[in-house]
Amino acid sequence: MTNGMKRVTEVVGRLARAVTKSRGKARETAIVPKDSIAGPALVSVIAILTFLASLTVGAVTMVVAAASQWQSDVTREVTIQVRLVAGRDVEANVQRAVEIARATPGVTAVRPFGKEESARLLEPWLGSGVSLDSLPVPRLIVVQVAPDQPPDFAALRDTLASEVAGASLDDHRSFAQRLRSMADVAILGGLAILALVLAATVLSVSFATRGAMASNRSTVEVLHLIGARDGYIAGEFQRHFLLLGLKGGTIGGGAALAVFALFGLLSGHLIGRSGGDDVTAMFGGLSLGVGGYLAVIFQVIVIAAVTALASRQVVQTTLRAVS
Amino acid sequence: MVRFENVGLRYGLGPEVLRDLTFRIDPNSFQFLTGPSGAGKTSLLRLLFLSLRPTRGLITLFDHDVATLDKDALAVLRRRIGVVFQDFRLLDHLTTYENVSLPLRVLGREEETYRHEVEELLHWVGLGDRIGALPPVLSGGEKQRAAIARAVIGRPHLLLADEPTGNVDPNLARRLLRLFIELNKSGTSIVIATHDIGLMDQYDARRLVIHDGRIHAYD
Repeated sequence: MTNGMKRVTEVVGRLARAVTKSRGKARETAIVPKDSIAGPALVSVIAILTFLASLTVGAVTMVVAAASQWQSDVTREVTIQVRLVAGRDVEANVQRAVEIARATPGVTAVRPFGKEESARLLEPWLGSGVSLDSLPVPRLIVVQVAPDQPPDFAALRDTLASEVAGASLDDHRSFAQRLRSMADVAILGGLAILALVLAATVLSVSFATRGAMASNRSTVEVLHLIGARDGYIAGEFQRHFLLLGLKGGTIGGGAALAVFALFGLLSGHLIGRSGGDDVTAMFGGLSLGVGGYLAVIFQVIVIAAVTALASRQVVQTTLRAVS
Repeated sequence: MVRFENVGLRYGLGPEVLRDLTFRIDPNSFQFLTGPSGAGKTSLLRLLFLSLRPTRGLITLFDHDVATLDKDALAVLRRRIGVVFQDFRLLDHLTTYENVSLPLRVLGREEETYRHEVEELLHWVGLGDRIGALPPVLSGGEKQRAAIARAVIGRPHLLLADEPTGNVDPNLARRLLRLFIELNKSGTSIVIATHDIGLMDQYDARRLVIHDGRIHAYD
């Protein structure tokens, strides 16, 4: 387990203990009054921030999953293109390229596209019923490769170039690289938004805590005078803001999960309809997946923890300044 | 228990409001602190319950030089001091029971361990039927008794009371004085800051008189 994971586990454990403690004290009135003016406003701000952050996390999760799926599909097959060369029999060239591919270790299946299939591929651009005989349309051979033991693409490329006139190998590497770049940009964008959300949460909580301390000045004074340590007072404020953070986070995160569940249902209805299949192909059915749901729940916990820790920090700093 | 040596206090750059205070408060003692308005009684009480630090001089509390103590140590020391404020300082969102039990809650004690103790004390000060009431609905005398109960629930070694009979009728004032005398007999040192000559005349105790920023003790 990495240090980061240990730290996260520690924080979650402390949160759980704090929530359990506050439940255990349910019969006792909270020392920091629950019904302050800032409470509902802060819950609303945290709910909105969590909602936006959860949408970001969900969208990034979907994009990354879709990109990973596309990348996996793309890298499982390569394409041999055989162009028409004057004076050469293209069918013989295709046959020779197929033989070379089949003889290459790591290749699991080879399927040459016939004229009709090539015509169908071009239909969206040229329309149906067009004769391709007069056009120098290259022939394609789809080669399936073993993902765990891929063939030596460089050697295959050299063999094809030397033995088959007009043949070239496209291993889709540049396309896969673009997909990776797109996924990386999506992740970075998501992380930047999350960082902004956390910063906004810390600032909002800091203002709210200062407001709460000002409006509970007499409470803080009384606690001091009856012998409460700064840590105890900070703990009371931390518990108060942890509950506000959990409340706001749960509302915002819950709303975001509801939106994703709605998208999932809508995408189910779209399958087989006009445009629906394209959307499904792009985003894998607009489904968040277990990882996405867990990420949103984890985020709610993180925002509640950040809320509690930020308030504790502000209270301790203020108490130090007061003394 | 408490020792002041040449203690002086000024607020900011203003004149000294307390000058050359030298006196002791012995264990198990009872004293009234009196003087004209503005003489510095409340400032002296604030020095005694460690809410202020002196500008000069030495204050020793329970054998600790308070100038050398950090915040946490001061908090621990405050637990041995009970304070009754003139304006009560009850927390309006807590019930009478919760206000009185607050010092024990701060100590981290579980409610089961002190519930009986707090209820018994509330009955003793005549608030047995006001346990669940919030301070805004209590009368001045009830608030006063709740504040006293909160100050004594932790069995302090030293009890400081600022005008504890200022808001009550003479009959209740006598009852509260008897309460303080009982506490003193059980081992708590008492300092009552008051203007009330009638109250002081009811009990023969040491008088600390503040005048012009200086203190004079009459044993």
